[in-house]
Amino acid sequence: MMPLPWLVVFFPWLGAALLVALPRLRLAAAVNLGVSAVSLLLALLLLDTPHGEQGWTRVDALNQPLVLLSAIIGLTTSVYSYGQLDAKGFDHWRLRAYHGAYQLFMGAQALALLADNMGVMWVAIEIATMASVTMVAVHGTPAAMEAAWKFFILCGVGIALALFGTVILYMAAQPVVGHGDGGLSWAALRAMSARCDAGLLNLAFVFLLVGYGTKAGLVPLHFWLPDAEAEGPVSISAVLSGLLLNAAMVAVLRAKSIVAANPEAIPPGPFLMALGLASVLLASFALWRRRDARRLFAWSSIQHMGLAAFAFGLGGVGGTLAGLLHLLGHSLTKSAVFFGVGLATRLKGSQKIAAIGGLATSHPALGWSLVVAIAAVAGMPPFALFASEFLLLAETASRFWWLLLPLGLGVFVAVTAKVNVLQQLCLGDATPDAAGPPPGRLAVLTTLGPIWVHLALAAVLGAALPAGGGVLLAQAAEMLR
Amino acid sequence: MGKLPYDIAHLLGGAMLLLSFVLLYQRRVQAVINAFAVQGGVLALAAAWQANMQGVPELYLTALIAFVAKAVLIPLALRAMLRRLDLHRAVETALGIGTSMMAGVAVVALAILVVLPITAGARAIAREDLALALSVVLLGMLMMITRRNAISQVVGLMSLENGLVLAAVGAAGMPLVVELSTAALVLVVFVVAGFFVFQIRERFDSVDTAALESHRGEGAGDGWRGEGAGDGWRGDAGQDGQRGGAGQA
Repeated sequence: MMPLPWLVVFFPWLGAALLVALPRLRLAAAVNLGVSAVSLLLALLLLDTPHGEQGWTRVDALNQPLVLLSAIIGLTTSVYSYGQLDAKGFDHWRLRAYHGAYQLFMGAQALALLADNMGVMWVAIEIATMASVTMVAVHGTPAAMEAAWKFFILCGVGIALALFGTVILYMAAQPVVGHGDGGLSWAALRAMSARCDAGLLNLAFVFLLVGYGTKAGLVPLHFWLPDAEAEGPVSISAVLSGLLLNAAMVAVLRAKSIVAANPEAIPPGPFLMALGLASVLLASFALWRRRDARRLFAWSSIQHMGLAAFAFGLGGVGGTLAGLLHLLGHSLTKSAVFFGVGLATRLKGSQKIAAIGGLATSHPALGWSLVVAIAAVAGMPPFALFASEFLLLAETASRFWWLLLPLGLGVFVAVTAKVNVLQQLCLGDATPDAAGPPPGRLAVLTTLGPIWVHLALAAVLGAALPAGGGVLLAQAAEMLR
Repeated sequence: MGKLPYDIAHLLGGAMLLLSFVLLYQRRVQAVINAFAVQGGVLALAAAWQANMQGVPELYLTALIAFVAKAVLIPLALRAMLRRLDLHRAVETALGIGTSMMAGVAVVALAILVVLPITAGARAIAREDLALALSVVLLGMLMMITRRNAISQVVGLMSLENGLVLAAVGAAGMPLVVELSTAALVLVVFVVAGFFVFQIRERFDSVDTAALESHRGEGAGDGWRGEGAGDGWRGDAGQDGQRGGAGQA
């Protein structure tokens, strides 16, 4: 019998193989839904698994909540995509590619989270990249093709550099860990880090940070993200910002914790803080200049990833806890917004902000759901992002009070930009709907349902962190510091 | 062990670096592909030599895969693609030879200055191999930055990946080398296939990536799959095509 963590990875891949073979559209979407539901069940069972290593994977307090989160978002995204099937205008080949790539992606990003071996983690992130490129390109429009190409070239360079970093990481550890598979194990590297060559560790961290940081959308290498999230299908925007960015950020975090365990190496925290702060500042000002709703929320992903990177760079139990909570909260709320914006785009026939207006008057149910979702992304209480941003600011104030000014400025500008876009999209005078039949009841229900599930979870996380979850996150933060 | 094995490893690494410079200044796309094929062959030799030197038979597999894919199959596929697209005599204006060379030398100097001091404790062979591999990686990136033609960018990425494999085979005892280098190769093949699909679908009227810049999705076009934006994109691409034609003439 395969260990459970492997099942979490291989089951979606099995599903992918099946989905590529299925000819009928409706059936394929239903099977996709079923595979995602079983994956969620497996992820729930994983919570009960004792922490420890199973060959190339390791279950720990860090990946248990993140795998559960990705399975939840995987299921809600499948529900959403089931409802939007008639609108996508896919022929069956495109749909096969889309569903196959979707489940391949889900398995790969679960593997990236679960992997203990840094080499396996790299392969997982590579597979996730190739699957998501396929999904971004699936519409086949010039804009989608261009977005996919830019995504691929930039992330191709990014993951190539990450592999180089992985090789150097092994070189640093080689005299201590010796030959064999154990040489790339995260736990082993971390335990022996203090005896590794500090200079090589520094060099490895630079490459790992730049490489995986590209995938996490950190600032100097973020160009691919707005295009990829604006031009692919809406469901891919939800899983890209919700899951792929998290997997890449966890990779950075694991690299950081190896290097930080060596007292002679240059502390990696300040690098992460600098990249994070740059992302927050650039993205929060860029938010004001967006005219396209999906691009705006893609930029908001860059801003939130910047905040998380800053929190991880700050380190310590408090900072890491804030960062983890921020990752969870951002994934839940951002994918809820993308579902809402996706349906609004379909109703109005455009994703320009100017063309979507007054949703709360013309489509009250969608409009008010989107109001709450955007408020949650902006970091309003009681949702998780409020709690994590509050924790982060408090932690910053107590340790580096002088950083509070730029960080606070970034957060403030971003919040005002999002409140502004909330007013434009949802309140005010309604713009005319697109010609053609409006989306059916199924499409509306499969959008509103996932949005409210995500918002409820985000509220629970923010207002009253469930006892078990809190313990897990605290353990993870304690483990990583 | 004698000194000769190390010298041969260095010679092969140095040959790869030299070929990276050739890639950097070649103007004809055909010549770029030839230089890449030779680099792939040298990489295969380097991997085979490491297999022999370290006594790790798995590395022969890496060498074989590198030879078949990078020295034979990918160059053949790219050449077929060029003929099909009627680009095989295309000339592209890279940076001038002098400027490219100077930038390349600066990049190599940077790699050496970065690697040598921090690896003072490591074995000589490891640090010099690492410096060579890092130089090949950085030159591949430089090529991707200075070239505008999509096919040269793809070759740049592949050359970068050659540097990675060189580093991986040089790291004695590295686990999963074969798996990782194969996975990296899959990525490269996926890029080439993606490029091929783009061309076949005739989404791009020109392979000049400058045409890609005109469509950022935030232009004046109204529809989100708008006619306006699409037309503008095609129009620009047409102009670029003409410019490319003028360059050839």
